[in-house]
Amino acid sequence: MAAAVKVYGPPLSTAVSRVLACLLEKDVPFQLLPVNMARGEHKKPDYLKIQPFGQVPTFQDESVTLFESRAISRYICDKYANQGNKGLFGTNPLEKASIDQWLEAEGQSFNPPSSVLVFQLAFAPRMKLKQDENLIKQNEAKLAKVLDVYEKRLGESRYLAGDEFTLADLSHLPNGQYLVNATDRGELFLSRKNVERWWGEIASRESWKKSVLLAEMLNVCVSIEMLCLSGRFKGAFFCYSRLLHLMIFFSRVSTVLL
Amino acid sequence: MAMKLHGHPLSPATHRVMACLEEKGVEYEFVHIHLSTAHHKESFLSLNPFGQVPALEDGDLKLFESRAITQHLAHTYADNGTPLVPQDPKERAIVYVWMEVESQRFDATAAKLSYELVTKPMLGMTTNDAVVEEHQEKLGKVLDIYESRLAKSKYLGGEVFSLADLHHLPIVSHLFGTKTKALFDARTHVSGWGAGILARPAWQKVVEKMKH
Repeated sequence: MAAAVKVYGPPLSTAVSRVLACLLEKDVPFQLLPVNMARGEHKKPDYLKIQPFGQVPTFQDESVTLFESRAISRYICDKYANQGNKGLFGTNPLEKASIDQWLEAEGQSFNPPSSVLVFQLAFAPRMKLKQDENLIKQNEAKLAKVLDVYEKRLGESRYLAGDEFTLADLSHLPNGQYLVNATDRGELFLSRKNVERWWGEIASRESWKKSVLLAEMLNVCVSIEMLCLSGRFKGAFFCYSRLLHLMIFFSRVSTVLL
Repeated sequence: MAMKLHGHPLSPATHRVMACLEEKGVEYEFVHIHLSTAHHKESFLSLNPFGQVPALEDGDLKLFESRAITQHLAHTYADNGTPLVPQDPKERAIVYVWMEVESQRFDATAAKLSYELVTKPMLGMTTNDAVVEEHQEKLGKVLDIYESRLAKSKYLGGEVFSLADLHHLPIVSHLFGTKTKALFDARTHVSGWGAGILARPAWQKVVEKMKH
């Protein structure tokens, strides 16, 4: 039977992968369904009825339809409180308040400069867009100040909100992943001892590794489709064997319908 | 010991928390933080490591980020004053969505406009007209979406006032005193919603308190 929870959007979107990581932490089975952004599907009237800002992800759970990745994550933690990682959003009001605080810090202080850097340094080159050097410098400086605060905090506390991994840490994974692995500004994280230690711990969580794998698998599927369409079957075959290789690492394949 | 709100009289984020405290009818002491020196003081950094206002002290609990503080107050004082977050999980999820819309779509643009048109003149600085024009256009697009939403729903989060609406109060209040009000006036439902939330007695109390 198909999973009741549906996520719409490409997993290479930071907001989509935020939701996927949350679902995986909570052991919630889901279907990941494509939105063809290259063909402008996200700007069409049918899509805008659900997500009026024309962005990804959108989320459906039976009769509930939501957007905004952090709101979706809160909903998942609310509804599925008793499964998977039960402490993801705290088990009492004081824990929850601390998590909310660092979740807001992520949304208000970490996200703006890191999003600009991810777009400028990881996406713009792929999209053959010109990089804005001034914007990069400004946002690097802003992010450095935020990470200085994190450095101090993570010297006092194992994770941002306390001694356990929570939604507050999870929310940083998508932008952090691109910065550390797809740009040359990884040293923003890796030159700060406590931030480096924290990053190493949160990025090696099963749920995040699966989320990253899912994105890679879907990328390979797209490559296979394009190679087949252009008649390059030898290349498509090599991609297909890579896909099988990736699937072996993804143990919950049965819960994800691509 | 009463709750302490550490803030600044001109800080919209401080006003956001005050709006919540007034809606809940919760007693609190306002501690005026002098921002030029705050980020050098270890005592303030222990309340907010970013050296910003506001910060809340409630017994042993110390909390920063205005939207985290309001959520804490809304849950802790659920039975006091105005309900600000629905009990029903499905209704609550929709409120969460529009809280994020304020935080991620409205605030970035609207707060820049407020800074250019309200804060800068107050500090004797010159408004950057190019920035104002750029952000008025962006805000217009966001308000078009609000207009569609408010044509179907009395408030942003649903049929009753919630944190999703409350979080807008400080910046909407600022913008209503500037030429940007025209963007709101041009949209019937947005205009009605804006005027309605600003007329709430709890918000009027915040406005009064900040005059003194």
